[in-house]
Amino acid sequence: MKLPIYMDNHATTQLDPRVFEAMKPYFTQVYGNAASRNHSFGWEAEEAVEKSRKQIADLIGATPKEIVFTSGATESNNLALKGIAEMYSERGNHIITQVTEHKAVLDTCKRLEKEGVRVTYLPVKQDGLIDLDQLRGAITEKTILISIMYANNEIGVVQPMKEIGQIAKEKGVLVHSDAVQAIGKVPVNVGTDGVDVMSLTAHKLYGPKGVGALYVRRRNPRVQITAQMDGGGHERGMRSGTLNVPGIAGLGAACEIAKQEMPEESKRLSFLRDKLKDRLLNNLDEVYINGSMEQRLPHNLNISFAYVEGESLLMGINDIAVSSGSACTSATLEPSYVLKALGAGDDLAHSSIRFGIGRFNTDEEVDYVGNKVIDVVRKLRDLSPLYEMAKEGVDLSKVAWSAH
Amino acid sequence: MAYSDKVLDHYNHPRNVGSLDKASPHVGTGMVGAPECGDVMKLQVKVDPQTGVIEDAKFKTFGCGSAIASSSLATEWLKGKTVDQALEIKNTDIVNELSLPPVKIHCSVLAEDAIKAAINDYKTKQVATPKESLIAG
Repeated sequence: MKLPIYMDNHATTQLDPRVFEAMKPYFTQVYGNAASRNHSFGWEAEEAVEKSRKQIADLIGATPKEIVFTSGATESNNLALKGIAEMYSERGNHIITQVTEHKAVLDTCKRLEKEGVRVTYLPVKQDGLIDLDQLRGAITEKTILISIMYANNEIGVVQPMKEIGQIAKEKGVLVHSDAVQAIGKVPVNVGTDGVDVMSLTAHKLYGPKGVGALYVRRRNPRVQITAQMDGGGHERGMRSGTLNVPGIAGLGAACEIAKQEMPEESKRLSFLRDKLKDRLLNNLDEVYINGSMEQRLPHNLNISFAYVEGESLLMGINDIAVSSGSACTSATLEPSYVLKALGAGDDLAHSSIRFGIGRFNTDEEVDYVGNKVIDVVRKLRDLSPLYEMAKEGVDLSKVAWSAH
Repeated sequence: MAYSDKVLDHYNHPRNVGSLDKASPHVGTGMVGAPECGDVMKLQVKVDPQTGVIEDAKFKTFGCGSAIASSSLATEWLKGKTVDQALEIKNTDIVNELSLPPVKIHCSVLAEDAIKAAINDYKTKQVATPKESLIAG
C-alpha cells in the first residue's frame, strides 16, 4: 500500500489509464480542428467528437445532438442558468434552486438576481433532501426554471429527480440539474428523470480536467439557450470556441467505461463505504453521519466527530487526502454552508470529514483510513476540554463561552 | 498549509495534557474560546502557596494544531515561574517560538488569554479563602 492515500474523489478523480489511452492520438496525430470541414484532419477530429457525443448520450439516455461541449461543469451551469434566464425572459423571471447547490449555481443565481431575476432558494430537510411540497408551493406563474443538483458534492445525498421532474412538467417549468457527482455513479436518465438541461464534467468520472458538457433537450420540450460567449457559433450556436478534441475523446471514453462498469463498481464502492462507516461508528462514540444514508451516492461518507476540531483532525491524518467541512485557513472560520443548512451546529460542522471512495481505492486502504481516523479522534478527544466536559455531564450549549 | 517543526512536535507530542483539581485552592483554571469559533482552551496552574511558584501546569485544547501547540508550549513555560512572571508571557513570544503564520496569531492570543484567566482564577481564590490556603499549604 502506498501513502498518501487519495480519498477525495468528490473533488476530482484520477484519470483512468484507459481514458488516457483513448485521448493520446488526439494530441500529436489527429490534431485537426473539429470545425475544419475541408480536409481529413478536421474530419477525423470531428469523428472523435461525434463518437464522444454518442458515448455521453448513451450513458444519460439522451441523443447525441443534445450534447453541448463546454470547459466543465462551472461553465455548463453558467450557460444553463444564464442562457435560459435570457432566452425565456419574456415568459418569466423566476428561478427556483436550493441552498445546498454548488457555488457555480448559487453565485450564478446571485448574478442573475442583480439583473432582475427573482430566485427562490429552497431550504433542505435535516437529511439534506428538498421538500417536494415546498418546491410545488414555490412555483409561480413567473417561474421558468427549477435548478436542483442531482447529488450533493459534500454529503452525497441524491435528490428525488423523478418527482421533481414530474412536478415541473405539470407546471410547465424547465428543470436543470447539476449532475456532476451523480453521473457514472448512479443511474441517470434524462428521459425517465424528466430533466431538460443537465451539467456534467469529465474529471469527476475518471476523465480529464477542463472538459464537460451540457445536455440540452431537443424534444418535448425543445429547450433553447442564449449563448453566453460570442464567437464562431460552434455547438449549434450555443457555445462558441474550438473544441478540446483530446479532452472530449476522454470524456466520451470515461462515459463508456462508466456505463459498462457502474453496476459492479457501485456495489464495490458502497461495500467499502459501509465498511468504513461501520468501523468508525463501532469504535467511536458521538459520531454523526451528515445527510440521508438511504438516498445517497454509493461512494460518499460525510461524518462529524463531536468535540474534535476539523483542522487538527486533518493534521493528524495527513497521509490521507480527504476534505474537511470547515476551512480554517483564515482568522474567520467558515463552517460548511451545506452542513449548516442541515441544521448541524457550528461545532459539528467544524469537525466533519468528507470521504469520497473511488475506483482506485483498495480494501486495504479503507482499513488503513478507518484505523487511522479512529486513532487520531481518540487522541484529540483526550486533548479536548469539550469531550471532558461532555463526559462530566456538562451541557455545552449552556456554557457561557467567551467568543473571540 | 505547512506547519513549523515546533508546531508539529507539540501536536504529535503534546506536553502536560490533563486536568488538575479545579476545586483546590491552589489551582487556577482558565477556560477561553468558544466551540463555534473552533477553539476552546482550558489551562490550569497549580501554585505552591509558600513560594508563589507554579509547580504544575496542565492543558486541554479543542482547536487546530497551532492552538494545541500554543497551549502545550504555554504549560511548559509556566512551570517554575512565579504567578507574576507568568503574567509577563506575551502572545508574541509564542508566535516567535512556534513560527506561527499571521492567520494563526489568534491561537497565541488565546493562549495568553488562557494564562491570564488561570492566574486570575488562582488570585481570586487567594482573596476569597486566604486562611484555607495557608492551612492547606
